[in-house]
Amino acid sequence: MIASTLPRAAGVGFKPEHFASLIKAGFAGFLEVHAENYMGAGGPPHTMLSALRREHALSVHGVGLSIGGAEPLDRAHLARLRALCDRYEPESFSEHLAWSTHEGAFLNDLLPLPYTQETLARVAAHVDETQEALGRRMLLENPATYVTFAESEIPETEFLAEIARRTGCGLLLDVNNVFVSATNHGTDALAYLDRFPLAEVGEIHLAGHDAQSDEAGRPLLIDSHGSPVADPVWALYAQVLERVGPVASLIEWDNDVPDLPTLAAEAARAQSMLDRAARVLAA
Amino acid sequence: MRAVQSAFGAALLDPRRAPPLSLTRTGGRPSERRFAVYRNNVAVGLIGALETRFPAIRMIVGEECFTGLARAYALAHPPTSPIMATFGDGFADFLRDAPGLEELDYLPDVARLEAARTRAYHAADAAPVAASDFAALDLRRLEATAVALHPSVEIVRSSAPVVTIWAMNAGEAALGPIEDWAAEDAMVCRPEMVVETRRLPPGGADFLDALGRGATLGAAMRLARRDARFDLAQNLTGLIGSGLAVRLGRPTDRSAA
Repeated sequence: MIASTLPRAAGVGFKPEHFASLIKAGFAGFLEVHAENYMGAGGPPHTMLSALRREHALSVHGVGLSIGGAEPLDRAHLARLRALCDRYEPESFSEHLAWSTHEGAFLNDLLPLPYTQETLARVAAHVDETQEALGRRMLLENPATYVTFAESEIPETEFLAEIARRTGCGLLLDVNNVFVSATNHGTDALAYLDRFPLAEVGEIHLAGHDAQSDEAGRPLLIDSHGSPVADPVWALYAQVLERVGPVASLIEWDNDVPDLPTLAAEAARAQSMLDRAARVLAA
Repeated sequence: MRAVQSAFGAALLDPRRAPPLSLTRTGGRPSERRFAVYRNNVAVGLIGALETRFPAIRMIVGEECFTGLARAYALAHPPTSPIMATFGDGFADFLRDAPGLEELDYLPDVARLEAARTRAYHAADAAPVAASDFAALDLRRLEATAVALHPSVEIVRSSAPVVTIWAMNAGEAALGPIEDWAAEDAMVCRPEMVVETRRLPPGGADFLDALGRGATLGAAMRLARRDARFDLAQNLTGLIGSGLAVRLGRPTDRSAA
């Protein structure tokens, strides 16, 4: 079982409105889809994904499993994820260090959790259960957070490293999330990278964010996925590549989705940085 | 862990609740504005899912009213599944009981139609019966033949002109006064990749409902003929011509046969 066999190249999140352009103009990189959008029995979603799968490496990215939840994992949802992975045999499956259910309600957001020995044991058990159910290793993504908890006693980087150590899962490093969280909590993004278990990273996410401020006037960045990747995030990405070499890197753009050429231009920028990283590695 | 998440989740769904006390404090209190990002994400995400699924309802009541209705529905009936395409199955009933909408008594039917369109989009694929299979059918046995419908087919009955109203508010027809305010039954289907909404001819809803339950053509026809205007040839041609008959065979519903 390997955590990710995605190509060490740039990819984009697939949006149905880009299907015709993708087929016509082509796109060299890999594609990522949100698992929950492909859980119907048939119709255009599966027809499009089947056609694209023949030409592209695929990452299936779950947004609804609530791995960080205190409540038990949804067995029916695990079975749906298994069926989806069996059908498309993606090069990678990933989910979030977050929770999203409350007393049976699905809140449709990636909510934060305190980092304690208790939550560590719970998340590790959920990752184990997921990997067991899917028959494959997964990648776990670092979150963008707007609050922290007084209960937290383990740094996020250490928490993720320990989850990877206990479960054998890989990690998805969202560089925008690193920047957003560090800015929101007044910590140092580079120091976060210094402590992050980069050897476990099977995929990188890049996305745009919005800038606001809280009532104390401190910066409050929102992980909005609705704009180009910001310059400081590109700079941080360069730092990551310098440390680990080329890694599969995805442009996420989920709101105010632009046309394919705009999205592909973002991916091309990542690709040129990946190419440079590969040359450095070869030199 | 459970207590922290329970307080967090409850405060997300109830705007009157304060953020959970365990959040790191600034100036003695957890930051409302920071917690509000999550509240906003949850609300915007769920409202957005309903906007995607019910564009004609939004057009009819206006954006501001729709957002209010969607927010109230989302907080009162949050989704129970992470598959957002299923969120809003109960929106029609919610609209029926919502105060202030009594004059728009057709609204729940339009919502039912739009909900059916999303289900049709995600429904299983099925190949239509070949024309040669119909040609080979023994006409003497036609009455005893059952016709399985495409999995995407749903019927929405209405005492209002639901198809006309939907079409005008979904950009499918020019917006204008409806001269002939008459009942319309709709069929939502997706024979191939495009979801279609059609006005059914008289008796068509009874005919298709019966076939959908597994009744024979004969039994379905007898039911549909309770409306004297029912035209078998017209209904059968519509069904076959659009690729919505996916299997011919023995009846499966004995009660209706």
